[in-house]
Amino acid sequence: MRVQEKTINALVVVGLMALPLIAFVNDEPFTITLATRAVILAIAAVGLNVILGIGGLVSFGHALFFGIGGYSMGILAHHAQTYTALDLGFLTTDGTKLMPVIWLVAMAVSAIVAYVIGLLILRTSGVYFIMITLAFAQMFYYFSISWAKYGGEDGLSIYVRNDFPGLNTLIPIQFYAICFIILCIVLFLYARLQASPYGLALNANRQTETRVETVGLNSMKLKLVAFVISGAITGLAGALFADLNRFVSPTMFSWQLSGELIVLIIIGGVGRLMGPVIGACVFITLEHFLGGLTDFWHIFLGLILLCIVLFARGGVVGVLTGKEGAHV
Amino acid sequence: MKKLLLATAATLLYATAAIAEVKVGMITTLSGGGAGLGIDVRDGFMLAIKQSGRDDINVVIEDDQRKPEIAVQLSDKMIQSERVDIMTGIIWSNLAMAVVPSAVNQDVFYLSPNAGPSPLAGPGCHKNYFNVAWQNDNLHEAAGAYANGVNYKNSFIMAPNYPAGQDALTGYKRFYEGKLSGEIFTQLGQTDYAAEIAQIRASGADSVYFFLPGGMGISFLKQYADSGVDTPVIGPAFSFDQGILQAVGEAALGVVNTSQWNKDIDNPTNSGFVDTFQAEYGRLPSLYASQGFDTANLLLSALNVAEPSDADAFRDALRAANFDSTRGDFSFGPNHHPVQTIYAREVIKEGDVFTNKIIGTALENHSDAYAADCKM
Amino acid sequence: MSTILIIEQILNGLQFGVMLFLMAAGLTLIFGVMGLINLAHGSLYMVGAFAAAAVAGATGSFLLGLIAAFVAAALAGAIVEMVIIRRLYKAAHLDQVLATFALILIFSEGTRWLFGSFPLFLNIPSALSGPVTLPGGIQYSLYRLTLIAIGLAVGLGLWVLIERTRIGVQIRAGKNDREMISALGVDIGKLYTLIFALGAALAGLAGALVGAIQSVQVGMGEPVLILAFVVIVIGGIGSIRGAFVGALLVGLTDTLGGVFLPELFKLFMDNGAAQKSGSALASMGIYVLMGVVLIWRPTGLFGARA
Repeated sequence: MRVQEKTINALVVVGLMALPLIAFVNDEPFTITLATRAVILAIAAVGLNVILGIGGLVSFGHALFFGIGGYSMGILAHHAQTYTALDLGFLTTDGTKLMPVIWLVAMAVSAIVAYVIGLLILRTSGVYFIMITLAFAQMFYYFSISWAKYGGEDGLSIYVRNDFPGLNTLIPIQFYAICFIILCIVLFLYARLQASPYGLALNANRQTETRVETVGLNSMKLKLVAFVISGAITGLAGALFADLNRFVSPTMFSWQLSGELIVLIIIGGVGRLMGPVIGACVFITLEHFLGGLTDFWHIFLGLILLCIVLFARGGVVGVLTGKEGAHV
Repeated sequence: MKKLLLATAATLLYATAAIAEVKVGMITTLSGGGAGLGIDVRDGFMLAIKQSGRDDINVVIEDDQRKPEIAVQLSDKMIQSERVDIMTGIIWSNLAMAVVPSAVNQDVFYLSPNAGPSPLAGPGCHKNYFNVAWQNDNLHEAAGAYANGVNYKNSFIMAPNYPAGQDALTGYKRFYEGKLSGEIFTQLGQTDYAAEIAQIRASGADSVYFFLPGGMGISFLKQYADSGVDTPVIGPAFSFDQGILQAVGEAALGVVNTSQWNKDIDNPTNSGFVDTFQAEYGRLPSLYASQGFDTANLLLSALNVAEPSDADAFRDALRAANFDSTRGDFSFGPNHHPVQTIYAREVIKEGDVFTNKIIGTALENHSDAYAADCKM
Repeated sequence: MSTILIIEQILNGLQFGVMLFLMAAGLTLIFGVMGLINLAHGSLYMVGAFAAAAVAGATGSFLLGLIAAFVAAALAGAIVEMVIIRRLYKAAHLDQVLATFALILIFSEGTRWLFGSFPLFLNIPSALSGPVTLPGGIQYSLYRLTLIAIGLAVGLGLWVLIERTRIGVQIRAGKNDREMISALGVDIGKLYTLIFALGAALAGLAGALVGAIQSVQVGMGEPVLILAFVVIVIGGIGSIRGAFVGALLVGLTDTLGGVFLPELFKLFMDNGAAQKSGSALASMGIYVLMGVVLIWRPTGLFGARA
């Protein structure tokens, strides 16, 4: 049975709208929390998909941006809840509990960090790129563990979820709505980006760098822009994730998390618009149900992932549409 | 007739109890690296529940994989969909910091069977939070007091560079009166201590105090024994517990460590616990198992007095700590942390099994340094 | 800080480095010849340590334990290669990452299922325990000296194997031109299985050797795996020589950084603060080293130039 990719995409969006509403009607708030988690991880993975899917660069360190987003939220909200001043040298603020402001800060900081790191590392490629992104994420991981001012390994707890004007974010369905709308916006931007002249150039750059250079485009610049956009989106997801848990800790920087983001994309299908979203939903569902079956559920998760690699090339979308690669 | 009445009353009581089922949510580490501790807490806890014979207590157990974000998610699940009255089980301080503040603010009771981070004992204390194990600094403070007692004047101290490690050294220094020949922060998860041992050798210390939980401690002790440095070592119970002692082996023999519990504490509750635990699970109980067991018994003692739905009465019943602890005397201080005696133990070999025996008291009726900051 | 202490710390760095080399050698060989990123290499390290602990515990012989570690890891490697890895050689790096990530999950939880959640016991054999006195009055662990010797011997052995034997010729040829050597009648499938098993056996050996002075527990392989990756990336992927130099660099940086950075910070800070910031910086040290090397040489010290 072959299905059109568009049909799948529509079904996923409808499902993501319907499921939480059903859970809301049946009064199952935890299902909504799980769905929120899936949506936020999906946003992070869409961010990664910009550099990985369109740009063809495997970043094994995207937890770096996820963590920066998380800590942006954590630090701002921590200062706001303890009424202490945050002195940045050029600016002193009391922090904030306003989500839109936090999001902007998270994206801006992630983008700046992505720009600086990108300048250094985008000259490498292949496995070297995989490893150097890992190295930078590890640096931040170890730094955050010993950063006593913001909790070190204990992390930072934010007792009340941050505010969004006009909504009560502590009610699961309302926070879900915020995250879902952001996911839709991010997906829309991703689709526009992919189809734009820039996206096409980036895609061409993935295939052959030299050809792109010969038509007068700057390959380095193409990749750098993609890396910055990618980092900013993942940073935004990090801020949302921290708000979902009302907690940030160094595990947001861990290499396991970087690995999980990659896993989400592969499960769904690399370079597909909805790949990360489907991957996140599948992964969260597996984690939830297998975890209830046995203490040794990691074994089964591992086996399922192996089967996906060996027998379902192109991920879920690839299998359903019967087209292995997104770029065929 | 009287008998019949009593029986009817009992049935009625039982019936009401069965309707008002108590739900307990246990979030603990059951898979991955630190699973041994969570399994012990769970087994000790469930043993006490089983012994109580009550079938109106529903314990929901979930595995946090030692990841804070998973623990938070499970806590949401416990509160939102399971609608538990009481939560317990968390092993690690960083996970406790992620879960406890928001849980107790949602009117759930939390009984900590292991972690006791300082913020929750001081300014962040809460009327619904009870710690049944220790405040994190306690065993380290006891080690400092023990060092004074045996006249150590020049300690070399060492812990990983993370909040619990920093608290550990602060705790030791709070009671220790001698001077320090060295103070080192190692990396979290470090497995090789050759460099640190060389520094200990060069420092001329008369004693070494270390806090290296889990595999870190095993590595350090094996390497230390092999290095030929013979400066005496003291540590908290975590590196000398029943579960990991067998993995350290001879290297741990004779080492003094501080603990609020040991299997040879002489009281009927404790000897009963040690015997039944061994019969039930086929292994000697650990410190963590005893903490799980005590936590469940505290809970049971409060449930005998009040329902969790009557929060004030239930809280008072918990605060009374009217249960037989495996540790003997046990009561709560004003910040709901234990006031208890902490012992010095020595590692010995019983037949083929490495275990501990108590050699003295390090601190009598000890509470913690943060109680004064707690405004409840 | 005395000269003796400095020499002792350099020995510690060397010892750490040569053990990393045992891990990194297999990893870099597998990548160089088959083009495979094997995240599960750390699991083979763990398999070795557990096999050694189980056999040494049952027989009381450390040597038998070492042999068991070597054999068990080689077997596990060969089986995994034939059942799963073989299908991944032509796949994208991304698929390899996912598949071997899945293998880590299976190995770790499988080991926990077999051996339980508590660490196992494995100790230094009594013949090698305790310190010896080196020239200059340095007290140093005999076992650690033995580890340095074994590491150097394995390095030498690998060099002989690759440069001086028929299999070595095939391996080198396999790196350069896969089609050509199969055209010459070499059974490439067998060669790949052999290389994978060899890499696995080295990792298992490292696990057993290091397990005797560390904790034999589930998950012990992952931190080493990350370090081994750092090593081969610094050295240049596919280069045994690079892995050797990279391993020593990482070993020395990590050990000496942890000792000397806090000392350095003490010059302008109080003791406690210097300890905290010094060790924080030291934990990032090797990643800084790797970042600097890659920015300077994007394909590592001995990697093929693009």
